[in-house]
Amino acid sequence: MSMNRREFMQMLAIAAAGGMSLHSSFARAEQAAGALYDMPKFGNVSLLHMTDCHAQLLPIHFREPSVNLGLGSMFGQAPHLVGDQFLKHFGIKPGSLEAHAFTYLDFVEAARTYGKVGGFAHLATLVKKMKASRPGALLLDGGDTWQGSGTALWTNAQDMVDACKLLGVDVMTLHWESSYGAERVKEIEEKDFAGQIDIVAQNVKTTDFEDPVFKPYVIKIINGVPVAIVGQAFPYTPIANPRWQTPDWSFGIRDDEMQLAVDAARAEGAQVVVVLSHNGMDVDLKMASRVTGIDAILGGHTHDGMPAPTVVENAGGKTLVTNAGSNGKFLGVMDFDVKNGKVVDFRYKLLPVFANLLPADPEMAAFIDNMRAPFLEKLNEKLAVTEGMLYRRGNFNGSWDQLIVDALIAEKDAELAFSPGFRWGTSLLPGDTITMEHLLDQTAITYPWTTLTEMSGEMIKTVLEDVADNLFNPDPYYQQGGDMVRVGGLQYSCDPTAAMGKRIDNMMLKGKRIEPGKTYRVAGWAPVSEEAKDSGPAVWDVVANYLRNQKVITQRELNLPTLKGVDGNPGLVL
Amino acid sequence: MNHQRRGALKTGSGLGVFSLLLAAGMIKPEMAQAAWNKTAFEAKTLDAALAAVDAGKPVESADVVITAPDIAENGAVVPVGVLSNIPKTEYIAIMIEKNPNMLAASFTLPEGTLADVQTRVKMGQTSDVYAVVKADGKFYMSKKEIKVTLGGCGG
Repeated sequence: MSMNRREFMQMLAIAAAGGMSLHSSFARAEQAAGALYDMPKFGNVSLLHMTDCHAQLLPIHFREPSVNLGLGSMFGQAPHLVGDQFLKHFGIKPGSLEAHAFTYLDFVEAARTYGKVGGFAHLATLVKKMKASRPGALLLDGGDTWQGSGTALWTNAQDMVDACKLLGVDVMTLHWESSYGAERVKEIEEKDFAGQIDIVAQNVKTTDFEDPVFKPYVIKIINGVPVAIVGQAFPYTPIANPRWQTPDWSFGIRDDEMQLAVDAARAEGAQVVVVLSHNGMDVDLKMASRVTGIDAILGGHTHDGMPAPTVVENAGGKTLVTNAGSNGKFLGVMDFDVKNGKVVDFRYKLLPVFANLLPADPEMAAFIDNMRAPFLEKLNEKLAVTEGMLYRRGNFNGSWDQLIVDALIAEKDAELAFSPGFRWGTSLLPGDTITMEHLLDQTAITYPWTTLTEMSGEMIKTVLEDVADNLFNPDPYYQQGGDMVRVGGLQYSCDPTAAMGKRIDNMMLKGKRIEPGKTYRVAGWAPVSEEAKDSGPAVWDVVANYLRNQKVITQRELNLPTLKGVDGNPGLVL
Repeated sequence: MNHQRRGALKTGSGLGVFSLLLAAGMIKPEMAQAAWNKTAFEAKTLDAALAAVDAGKPVESADVVITAPDIAENGAVVPVGVLSNIPKTEYIAIMIEKNPNMLAASFTLPEGTLADVQTRVKMGQTSDVYAVVKADGKFYMSKKEIKVTLGGCGG
């Protein structure tokens, strides 16, 4: 079922009048829509926050995870809650519009009822509405904005750069942006963004003398109050992504230097200090406990749509930590009441962007149409029809990734396949046609090459252990924020609570134990080493070929590891 | 960014950090000769390396601060700095437990020098890194884990 906004509103009205209940809260949705977006203004300093839109200019579906494990001190803590536990923790009514926005529950049915989310034209309407009720409000972009779609890749990020200027972004920080190369990032900063958008990142320095590459922070005056926005780019960019793309830049968490930046901003007169962060939520929570003088960390990277901030106590007071989800699905609204030079109170809401409840902004819609026009034929190519739901997000696997590893094994004649644990990528509903655009939503990166490697059983274990530690290390500063590498063909068991090197066991291939000394043909994609440049055809070509041949994609069985040590974890529903 | 400084130093690249220190007059060559300790640099275990610099069993001290990344961006050149807040610091050594040769660097500091050193070390795998400090005849240490990872798969 697909409706435009007017039809949707009419249907809601009819449903409400007749007391019908199509979905458990369908009749209340119109009321909810009003209440959702008519958020009363509070205080005198407002910040709007978007993050990790991954270049999704049009409305999409995005299924939230059913596996997001929290271990050790993070057990059962936000953001490591899924489904009913998530609703209970945040006091959200089951079956409501918000329950659909924030959790995977009844995903297919609810997605059909409420329609798509995000889209820059709808987001633009919401931004304008919030700016109108909150004069002086700034729009902050946490990064992962220039990557994630075919058009972003083909225009070398220009579509997103122009869209962000039109949307009215004031300040941004970086992660995947760097995968276009250091020169391109600096070109956009110095030419396209000049006088309009500031890039801030206190933790990016030159590799030789540790000179700053970007402004560590900017101070903006909002209704007479000086507000500092300190930038924190993704600390592990040259590890998680190819280092050769930014060979002269060093990143890292650098919380000592964060403290210096915060102190410098305060000394310069800032009455409010916020960090625009791409650390990921667990790292933000730790940083908030160590660095003093920050009023709020507006976070991203881990794609955790958090309805309420976590309040972290530290030696200097309290710091709010938020995370604003992904794919253009949400807009965070932070209102501060600043009196006598300091923040005395706040209100925060993470607003879901429902395309059916927010009319498209005509100017942004026209921009998107024009930009897409030359690419439409390529984008709209129909590759196959999916019988099951396709999604990516989850600690261990998603049906989209299962499809990718199945395709890699078949097309590359491999025994097993690896696919990176990326958290971006949109979702499709059963019966949807998979177009080239959808495939690119899962794969559009600047190092898309496929690989076929002879790998020893010992090396396979090393890879799995290495990635598992990047996800499950008890100290968040040693985590990288992606999900576990997806594997096709290989069964294994995983104890996330075990120590490094001891989490992975029982590796089996077609009923036989993987032998350390034997070699196996392993397919993969997105290699980060410079030597692997152009190692094989782009992953979208390989998978497109598979899809065209299959025509109909049957429901995927997820290849999941046998989990140990996580029974009863509130971040796990299998 | 100081482009002039970068240009000037680029011409001298390949000489290494140590030569830069020499060029800057921060360490005199004869000092470097005096500091070379063959046994220590060839030590294969932590205990042997500590013994070779006469450190015995140093006391852990919060006044010895290691500045290094939690995860190395490039295992071949990991920046490691050591700051000692202990008065009369005369010697600083950096040891990497999992490296084939444990002692990666040692610094002999003339009296009155700010005990704040930095270098680049090579690491083949995740390891604890030790900073060993001699001050007023006594030895102190602190350690930090630096992770070396295969990379990829993030975000």
